[in-house]
Amino acid sequence: MATATQVQAQPLISIEKLNLFYGSFHALKDVSLTIPEKAITAFIGPSGCGKSTLLRTLNRMNDMIPGTRIEGSIAIGGTELYSNEVDVETLRKKVGMVFQQPNPFPKSIYDNIAYGPRLHGTRSKQQLDEIVETSLKSAVLWDEVKDHLKRSAFSLSGGQQQRLCIARALAVNPDILLMDEATSALDPISTLKIEELAQELKDRYTIVMVTHNMHQAARVSNQTVFFLNGEVVEFSDTEKLFSNPTDQRTEDYISGRFG
Amino acid sequence: MQSDTPQANRKVLNTSTSITSPNAFKNNRVSVMNKMMPIILFLCASVSILTTIGIVVTLFSETIQFFQKIPVLEFLFGTKWSPLITPKSFGVLPLLNGTLMITLIACLVAIPLGLASAIYLSEYAPKKVRSAVKPVLEVLAGVPTIVYGYFALSFITPLIRDIFPGAGVFNALSAGIVVGIMIIPMVCSLSEDAMSSVPRALRDGAYALGATRLEVALKIVVPAAFSGIVASAVLAFSRAIGETMIVTVAAGATPTLTGNPLDSIQTMTAYIVQVSLGDTPHGTVEYGTIFAVGMTLFVITFLLNILAQYVARKFREEY
Ligand SMILES: Nc1ncnc2c1ncn2[C@@H]1O[C@H](COP(=O)(O)OP(=O)(O)OP(=O)(O)O)[C@@H](O)[C@H]1O
Ligand SMILES: [Mg+2]
Repeated sequence: MATATQVQAQPLISIEKLNLFYGSFHALKDVSLTIPEKAITAFIGPSGCGKSTLLRTLNRMNDMIPGTRIEGSIAIGGTELYSNEVDVETLRKKVGMVFQQPNPFPKSIYDNIAYGPRLHGTRSKQQLDEIVETSLKSAVLWDEVKDHLKRSAFSLSGGQQQRLCIARALAVNPDILLMDEATSALDPISTLKIEELAQELKDRYTIVMVTHNMHQAARVSNQTVFFLNGEVVEFSDTEKLFSNPTDQRTEDYISGRFG
Repeated sequence: MQSDTPQANRKVLNTSTSITSPNAFKNNRVSVMNKMMPIILFLCASVSILTTIGIVVTLFSETIQFFQKIPVLEFLFGTKWSPLITPKSFGVLPLLNGTLMITLIACLVAIPLGLASAIYLSEYAPKKVRSAVKPVLEVLAGVPTIVYGYFALSFITPLIRDIFPGAGVFNALSAGIVVGIMIIPMVCSLSEDAMSSVPRALRDGAYALGATRLEVALKIVVPAAFSGIVASAVLAFSRAIGETMIVTVAAGATPTLTGNPLDSIQTMTAYIVQVSLGDTPHGTVEYGTIFAVGMTLFVITFLLNILAQYVARKFREEY
């Protein structure tokens, strides 16, 4: 729909003066940033700086944590996420999420993928078969599992499980994919596979990933956001942020002087 | 005492031998105690095992004696139970019918309500509510059953008789409902334990796909906790089968082969109580009936446990 240049002008996600409190703890402070469509945006920063917290506001997973309070604006495609009109379940269907630890359901590979579509009303076996196949293909897992779709998801390796979780998220046809340190529990080869996968998926999906690994951010992302103590220190094109940071703290962090 | 502990420690350190000496790895501590401990613990464990063996042996030998006088088939398939009044008749089916009716009614009450409250506690209730309700459930499970018995007789029965004027003063429905109420806390507490031990990550995975709370509860948590839930249901079943006081008080003492829950019935347990308390002389066929009935109860519960283990294993979802 939108061309590349329009993307820059018209970001998909825009966050303005967002503040988030866990009880009395001020976890996000005046966060303002924009996230472009069909690109990979990476959140980096030291542990506890609020990366996951911000990511979880994008699909309102924070709602589940009692005592969370939000101020400011966070909008996807112009719709305010924390307004009354937003149906949380529909939002989460549009904004998929992959977690740090692979968390397949204790069901078969097939049923893992079919879970979401079934939830949202797809009943026909033929349609489900199709969704399962395309999702697994998108997650580059199809060839490895196509002959034993009825097997338990736990029979897969950690890396395969994580790709299964990605396929599961893709099966409900989201626009945005959130990945919270999705590779940190994986070995280097599986990590590489997921990074390649993310590269492929960004043509069709807007991807926001949290990573502890700066090399990963540098390798795969188009835009990088650096957080410190709940604040955005700097965000810009990945290349610029890593080669020519404007803030001293960013430079200290990416050169490994702290964090 | 407190002050000399460090000194004692130091002494041990000082007297400890060098690692190269022949005594380096000898145990300096009281070794008699070390050797005795497993024996003492074993004896403690034996008490319950020996008791069980004793019970089973008595049950078996008395039952065999009974069946030397009364044919097994007459006992199992006879439709009339009147061992104490002539003409005597030893068909266990009316008692079995009474027990199963109570158990069925109790489970129809306890399993849905217990499961629903467990789902509420584990998936919906705020932490505060949960930590307040759980101990209350445990207290409820400790209320003496005689109290429930009179609750049935003085509260539920009149209610039932208002709705169904044909119901007797003693009826299976009232007793069954109250047995069910009695075991709700147990079903709830055990299923809640099973459900709250389902990892959060699984729930998050489903929420992130756009599942509602109810969908997460029913399609993720319940299946994942299924073996625990089955275990709680079976325990409920066993409790209901074995329940004695409530049925003695509220269900009557009329062994009847009936499908009508408004009738007065007698369960196997209530019959055993009746004979135990009566003046039936020991050693007679009449007295032997309680062992035969007890054996029947034992076999049913035993089979049930095996079935439960099979079901739990078959439907187990590992996480
Ligand atoms: N449920 C919660 N209740 C209270 N405080 C929380 C909660 N979750 C996170 N926090 C706090 O909010 C801050 C940000 O947490 P967050 O998980 O977003 O950090 P993060 O940047 O993702 O860290 P990491 O890299 O270790 O995952 C931390 O200081 C954390 O202690
Ligand atoms: Mg995090």
